[in-house]
Amino acid sequence: MAVAASITLLTMEHISPRLDPLRAVLSLAVDPIKYMVDFPSKTAARISSSLKSYADLKAENDTLKIQEAANKLHFLKFEALEKENIRLRALLEQSYELGEQVLIAEILAVNIASAYENTVVVNKGSRFGVHAQQPVVDASGVVGQVFRALPETSEIMLITDPNHAIPVQVNRNGLLTIAVGSGELNRLNFPYLPENADIKPGDLLITSGLGGTFPQGYPVAIVDPFTPPATKQITATPKAALDRNRELMLVWSNSKPLPINTPSSSPQTGDENTDHD
Amino acid sequence: MINTYGFGRIILTLIIAMGLKIAPLPHAFAVYNPDWVLLTLIYWSLAFPERVGIFHAWTFGLLNDVLTGRLFGQYALAYALVIYLCLLAHKRLRQFSLIQQALFIFFCLLLSQLLLFFIKNIQHTAELKPTFWLSVFTGTLCWPVVYTVLRFVRLAKPIN
Repeated sequence: MAVAASITLLTMEHISPRLDPLRAVLSLAVDPIKYMVDFPSKTAARISSSLKSYADLKAENDTLKIQEAANKLHFLKFEALEKENIRLRALLEQSYELGEQVLIAEILAVNIASAYENTVVVNKGSRFGVHAQQPVVDASGVVGQVFRALPETSEIMLITDPNHAIPVQVNRNGLLTIAVGSGELNRLNFPYLPENADIKPGDLLITSGLGGTFPQGYPVAIVDPFTPPATKQITATPKAALDRNRELMLVWSNSKPLPINTPSSSPQTGDENTDHD
Repeated sequence: MINTYGFGRIILTLIIAMGLKIAPLPHAFAVYNPDWVLLTLIYWSLAFPERVGIFHAWTFGLLNDVLTGRLFGQYALAYALVIYLCLLAHKRLRQFSLIQQALFIFFCLLLSQLLLFFIKNIQHTAELKPTFWLSVFTGTLCWPVVYTVLRFVRLAKPIN
């Protein structure tokens, strides 16, 4: 009887999302375990941060101040460029997608993955509006996407998971391809590159925005060194610190294009943003 | 007659086992992490076959599915089958020495791991890596520890 019940459940969930509420309810019973397992490492991190010496803190503060100044400078320029971009796009009568919202989520120190999977659990769930297929980034690049959003936690599939593929383009020349996870946290594969693809070691790969899950223009990976004729063996190292950081950002990219009121034309034509470089 | 006395202890050990299952080990050690929940369930089903049966195995399997984000019913199916086997053989198993028991446990863990792999393979093709079997071996080696600890838990305040 139990066998029949499990097989029914398996097939039912495999074909339809109707069991999601049941999973949400059961997860309320199970999620405390995740927080319980996370507790020791979080406490250890808190203790070690409260034991930092004054000199260390001072040094960290100084470097952060310098970084902040540099970032501010970049940002000034970025704002000017963004305005210019909006104006130019308005001239072309194209909508401009900006104002992606982010929510900071913390990785729980739990390990739910089996030997092949690269998944992590974060402490924000559907109560915060998190939904499946939502892109996840960190300060340096794309991390992955939300695989399943439970009420209190959500499961995130990293870009290096063997079942994950992300549409990317080479930042240098706009070459489009797909980066597939390898199962190892420091490698992405490119099974769909043609023999004569113009790709070089050190090229930056950014999201292409095709496929609709990931917004365009986030850095993904850097191409590893390889000897030029071997296009099939090209690999890349993800930009994001997949196994080292604790804070991630969940991005809402499906937001409607913001109203643009600088020039007189009306750019909200409802068109998808279609150019890629 | 359903005797629920001492039930809290069983549930508590199972919750701890679930916590151990998702313990944040470094990636290299994570493949060795055995299926603690199944080991605990096996122990309790051998100790109290009239109290911990297929239903509990199935329920905790389901909770385990939710905990580890698997397709619903995956662990539930594997656990229910293994506990069924344990219930069939529990009278004989109790007479066995720890080593003999461990051998039986080895086959139980292997069966559960195979079922999980089989279901995963239907879902999307999974690659069979040699590291996949490591947790079965460590699980077998951990059985004497689980047995001793849970026996201590059981006898600390007699349940009957």
